[in-house]
Amino acid sequence: MSAHEDDPILDVRDLRVWYGTGGDPVRAVDGVSFQIGRGETLGLVGESGCGKSTLGRGVLGLLPDAAAVTGSVRFDGRELVGAPAAEVRDLRGPELGLIFQEPMTRLDPLQTIEAHFREALNTHRPELGKEEVRRRSLEALAGMGIPRTRFGQYPHEFSGGMRQRIMIALALVLEPKVLVADEPTTALDVIVEAQILGILADLRRNFDTAILLVTHNLGIVAEACNRVAVMYAGEIVEEGDARELFAEPAHPYTRELLRATISLETTGLNYIPGAPPSLIDPPPACRFHPRCPSAMRVCADLHPIEVRAPAGQRVSCWLHGPEGQIPAGGREPLERREFAEAEEA
Amino acid sequence: MPPQTPATSGTTADSLLEVRDLHTRYSVRGSFFDRLKGRESGSVHAVDGVTLDLRHGEVLGLVGESGSGKTTLGRTLLGLVEASSGSIRLEGEELTGRSEAEMRPLRRRMQIVFQDPHASLNPAMTVGALVADPLRFHKLASGREELRARASEALERVGLAPASEYLDKYPADLSGGQKQRAVLARAIILGPDVLVADEPVSMLDMSVRAKILELMLELKDELGLTYIYITHDLATAKFFCDRIAIMYLGRIVELGPAADIYEHPQHPYTAALLKAIPEPDPRRAVARDLPRGEVPDAVVPPLGCPFHPRCPRAFEVCGWESRDLRTLLEERWTKLDQDAYERERALVGELDDLDVAESEAFLPAADGGSGEEAAGVLEAMRADAPADPFWSGVASTSVEPDGVRIGFHTPREPRDLEVGRSVVNCHLHDPGAIELAERLRRGEPEPEPPDAGADAG
Repeated sequence: MSAHEDDPILDVRDLRVWYGTGGDPVRAVDGVSFQIGRGETLGLVGESGCGKSTLGRGVLGLLPDAAAVTGSVRFDGRELVGAPAAEVRDLRGPELGLIFQEPMTRLDPLQTIEAHFREALNTHRPELGKEEVRRRSLEALAGMGIPRTRFGQYPHEFSGGMRQRIMIALALVLEPKVLVADEPTTALDVIVEAQILGILADLRRNFDTAILLVTHNLGIVAEACNRVAVMYAGEIVEEGDARELFAEPAHPYTRELLRATISLETTGLNYIPGAPPSLIDPPPACRFHPRCPSAMRVCADLHPIEVRAPAGQRVSCWLHGPEGQIPAGGREPLERREFAEAEEA
Repeated sequence: MPPQTPATSGTTADSLLEVRDLHTRYSVRGSFFDRLKGRESGSVHAVDGVTLDLRHGEVLGLVGESGSGKTTLGRTLLGLVEASSGSIRLEGEELTGRSEAEMRPLRRRMQIVFQDPHASLNPAMTVGALVADPLRFHKLASGREELRARASEALERVGLAPASEYLDKYPADLSGGQKQRAVLARAIILGPDVLVADEPVSMLDMSVRAKILELMLELKDELGLTYIYITHDLATAKFFCDRIAIMYLGRIVELGPAADIYEHPQHPYTAALLKAIPEPDPRRAVARDLPRGEVPDAVVPPLGCPFHPRCPRAFEVCGWESRDLRTLLEERWTKLDQDAYERERALVGELDDLDVAESEAFLPAADGGSGEEAAGVLEAMRADAPADPFWSGVASTSVEPDGVRIGFHTPREPRDLEVGRSVVNCHLHDPGAIELAERLRRGEPEPEPPDAGADAG
């Protein structure tokens, strides 16, 4: 191991992922930086089209060839951006695990569960004997609550929740250092979702696996993550400790998104005016300024600079300064164009 | 909201829709060979005896997990799926048993909005044509100008204004929220009384959901609509609904005013659903004592109360059966280490014989093993989890040479009971069931169930 134990297991710096569409590129991820420490769970939250899934895939080197990637993704001290595809592929599974939203599309319908585990372990841990492969597989499955007697069954014989448990067991049996979970509970019912969140929370407590949890659901982040990064239009606008960030959101987008989320505690309907912008031609300066109820003049002119908010999170919003960078009169409220009702949603 | 009366009371004048003992069954075909022979291997009771009233001007929520029957119930009410039995009356007019042609005039009074606005709109039609299509279909308007004028009116009512900007666009040009607005415009253009909205916002982003719900509430007030809101999301239902029906495996297990459902859930399933919702407030963590397992197979549903295998509060009379023993044993085995599991596994035979919906179970000994050994496994199960509700259902165990036989108390179907302003389908609220359970606990013999002879399966 080249990296120091205290170094983040995953260190992403100024990552950009652009898709060519013939004309102007789609800037799906546009200058994103974050770190995840060993055993940490970072929730990556945002609305559809904000680039969060692209970011999750970018970390795993799973982007289509048409995507242009710049910046740096260091996993355990090794640079993945620009590394040979075969090298990154060999890391996926044993070092970088992944769980997707729809487990059925990731399991081979013609293979038993046992065969899935055998193949994963034989490929990535060829030194293990047959008995050891079976023992580890059964332990991983039982740990996820899958009956041991069902090891020989096929994916279609399991319910949706069981399949997602199998996917998690299949990822964990290789003991990866980082697990990327892309909307792992979105296709599941609420009680099963809560069961899976319980499993992820146990993972965080009992294993050293770092988790990047990509989700649109703020409730899930609050449940399962110790840190959270909020994405808007390809950028991370705020990142910090989950409890502090939810208690005292520093970025107006985070604040408004929390207000718009309908939960059991909701007492009034709130929404964010306008709609998320196109990633081909996002608004200049702060990308949220056309929808932001707190927008100032500077927000339409200059891209915000990342600062520390009072509660400790890093935030990119002029409300928090730096004061010296705001031109004279920049703090005046921005005269915003009214949204027609039809544009709202 | 008008003063609340118990949810069952009332074939009163304020009921727009009266549903009585409604059943919808889908036949399912089993294996390839069954299909070759044209044989049906069973049926799914998607809606299993639903009774409810829809009151003028209210929002009634049908809430449940996938497989609860909420969507099938909504479609049955609209005649999109044929009812197997029971009655649906729209202001006194019976809707079941009608032919498609007889149903058509009534469809104008009841419209549906589906979950996926992208799939609900024909991509090859302009927004104007789509929205006006029901008028053309029902021959209520004709001619390009009239259809356009009516479509404009509907579009502006749902906030797609000025309509001239949207009439000639295609669905692909609209955002998700705008598409759902167009779907709503199409649904209201016939001037319906009832709108069945099946997960209308669950495909939309958080920041726009509230806007669409708000629009729906405005439309309801302006147009005097009555809503049936179908959802899996208890959080939006709390906000949106006047009354809520919680569904599980085709049945309504609890029906009452929304405030009561959230403040005092009476059915253990309702309580479990509420506990499971992830909250954006990290100070409120999800409870860890969640019901085990998932919604069971609807082809052969559990005996007694369909929720009993997962219910933390189930007791003697709830319908314990052979399959519950297998679930418990397999769950136990996931918690043993490999060696302990293999030792115990070797003491019992094939478990597949336990997969029957019967209130008697036979746990076979391993080949060449003895009934005592199988009974030993059962004792170990009980010793390790004595508080599991399963044991309350065990009436007798007898060791036989080749296994151990377990008899369960007679399964009983829960009744609909009025609790406060709600109706709850749960033995916990049935004094008769509680008293019977106490007698069983004292070892008194099982009385004949009142509905003896009725088909429990």
